Amino acid sequence: MESKLRDPKKIMKLSKLGSFHQSKLSFLRSFLKEFKDWKYNRDLFDLDEGGFGRAVYSFSKDRRVYSLVCFANKISDHERSDRVIATKWDAAFVLYDGIPTKKDLDRLSNDVPQQEVGRMSYKELTLSRANKSVRIFEHVVESLSNGKQPDKEKLSKVGYLYRTTAVYGSGKFGLADRFRIKNREEIYGPFRLEMMLVYLVRQFTFDQVNHIAKHKNSKGAVELDDDICKNLGIGNSTGLGMAPFIVNHPALLNNWILARETALKKIREIKKVDENDSKIFIDCLKKSLKNVTSWTTDSDFQNKKIKSLISDLYKFINFIEKEFSFEEDYAFNQIYKWIEKNLRDECIEYIVSMMMEPYDYITNPLLKSMSADEDKYFTIPTNKNVSDLRNILEDNYSDILKIDFEKKESNQNFWFISKNKEEPRLADRYLDKGSELEQPLAIARDICKLYARISNQKNSLKIGKFLIENNDLRHVVRRAFIVEKFPYAEIQDNTIGSNLMPIDMLRLKLSFFGAVKFDPRSDKWLRINMFQGAPLPKNLKKFDDYWVYNSLN
Amino acid sequence: MRSFSEIDTAVKRASKGIGFSWGISEEVGKNIRLLEMFGLPGLKNLNQYYKIFKEKKFQNLTLVSKENSSKIPYCPIIAGINFLDQVNNLEELEEIKFDNLGFPILFIPFVSRASEIIGKRIFLTIDEKEFLLNFNQSIYSNYLSSDVLEKSDQIKIKFIENKNMFSETEWQELYKLSEDTFVEETDKLKQNAAGAGLTDND
Repeated sequence: MESKLRDPKKIMKLSKLGSFHQSKLSFLRSFLKEFKDWKYNRDLFDLDEGGFGRAVYSFSKDRRVYSLVCFANKISDHERSDRVIATKWDAAFVLYDGIPTKKDLDRLSNDVPQQEVGRMSYKELTLSRANKSVRIFEHVVESLSNGKQPDKEKLSKVGYLYRTTAVYGSGKFGLADRFRIKNREEIYGPFRLEMMLVYLVRQFTFDQVNHIAKHKNSKGAVELDDDICKNLGIGNSTGLGMAPFIVNHPALLNNWILARETALKKIREIKKVDENDSKIFIDCLKKSLKNVTSWTTDSDFQNKKIKSLISDLYKFINFIEKEFSFEEDYAFNQIYKWIEKNLRDECIEYIVSMMMEPYDYITNPLLKSMSADEDKYFTIPTNKNVSDLRNILEDNYSDILKIDFEKKESNQNFWFISKNKEEPRLADRYLDKGSELEQPLAIARDICKLYARISNQKNSLKIGKFLIENNDLRHVVRRAFIVEKFPYAEIQDNTIGSNLMPIDMLRLKLSFFGAVKFDPRSDKWLRINMFQGAPLPKNLKKFDDYWVYNSLN
Repeated sequence: MRSFSEIDTAVKRASKGIGFSWGISEEVGKNIRLLEMFGLPGLKNLNQYYKIFKEKKFQNLTLVSKENSSKIPYCPIIAGINFLDQVNNLEELEEIKFDNLGFPILFIPFVSRASEIIGKRIFLTIDEKEFLLNFNQSIYSNYLSSDVLEKSDQIKIKFIENKNMFSETEWQELYKLSEDTFVEETDKLKQNAAGAGLTDND
């Protein structure tokens, strides 16, 4: 039996993409899998009694070394902010390509804590900063210095000691350009080095809290229990900065989604599901319930999603236990058909993620297809003609072409780059100033303009000639020819409409990162947790790929 | 040092800021990145061009032909975009001339990318300066200055047919040396070593 890939016009709707969950294809999981055999080391730990100073951690294999350089700084409470406008943070980090010398560390100690204002070099790969969850951090220090482990319930409500507020890579602020490192096999998967940074930062947070507690009470302090460490991740506050990324990288977005859809297709095509594989699926599903039910948020939007997820999951488990048998041919295909008919998007996508758990042989080969050499598709094939372009638009944008951009609400928002932070922002076209400086992210609107523009052109007209008078739409002509090659490259929604939920865009990207516990703080930013439940670096060799579901929290 | 990614982004935004469309600005961003990567003074030339862009008039060359001439200097970006977009039709012309093109360094990456599209090397001269554009993989030139080049009297573009840069004799001489790595087959090896059957249809 051959199963079809799911229809991009359904999958690429923002409400659907905003229901995606972490899976075996997620970048933090594939990072751990890739680096589990690398040598981990804490090379330097030079903090004072308050926990301020510098530290270096590394992963090495053969002649390759990646070093995380950490700078922990003293800041006052009023200076601590997760917002991107902050200028000081509790700690700042950079991933260095190789082993940093003392001279490198001195140079970096000046620039890294300044983040966007500092300058990095081609030897630095990723850059980040993080703030303490003060309440939790102090509670842990207090407990450990008194010889006790911290209150697990308190910890589970937050889930981390530090949260990062940005992670930069790919040439930002002078960091190494992607082309310098793109041929390294260990980083073929997307965002590998960003994941490495966050993972090592997590270890730094444990070492720092132990260090401070020890200095508070050198005789009586205890170290944070490994199981507790394992169940703490790194928090992250994510705002709109991340949203345009998925619009600006269509080929990359396609490769992420296509990998997921290909995995699902292949799983649905399995005729006889092995007993052990069905056990893994059910086991992960049941264990994951514990994670989902501990997921807390003040957001009504997210609470509705969680409630729908939990009730649908119980419904599904009931179905699996009482009405279904894995003895049936194409069992996962039967399951998929059932969930599509009976459950809502949040749970459908959750179960799709879970279906991948038993199938390393399907997911592993897909991991390396999740990067993209986007420059290859940049040049417009100007020898094609208008009828080719029209066919592409009609085939790939049929829903978008139905949107009425004469309506005010279809044009409600505009995306712009803020002058003070050079970061993407969203504003109301009719209330806020600056729409004349709009970024080219209103793809649906511009595709509709392009379609109207070619309606009175001859079919045989070459695109090269068409562009002479129509270069104002060149950016979407380019996209159309990219989308022709990549079916999952385009969001099939209006990214400037009044009903846009920007966090759907964030959620999509974060699910591919492998984030859990989405906690929207508004429709424009949210908090998440990364690596919660992941093995500690010292235990990475005894890697358990199902760690995501074994978290105690 | 600014990364190529920063250069690309800043140039794209600057180009939009000065009045080009987003689509053209994307092209200029990629082009300046390319020039800088090849060691040519892209950003410097672009910066100078944008400084005078609004005061001084530049002619937009839309349809490129065999001989292109203007009293007002051509805008290298619009001329470049149209050269790139029309290159599939232009290669038949073998040689193309542009008289009076402003800031000619900014025109080079369009031609370099065109070389990749048509799969042919392109030989470009800016007055006495020579550039061999190799499928957008490299640029070979006798021009090493990092200065701003504000104008050119004449630019010539020649499409080079794909042919080897060596003679058949030179090939044969080298090939003979490569044969020293081959093993003379015995009758037995002739029968067995290929792994296939003894007849074509067994």
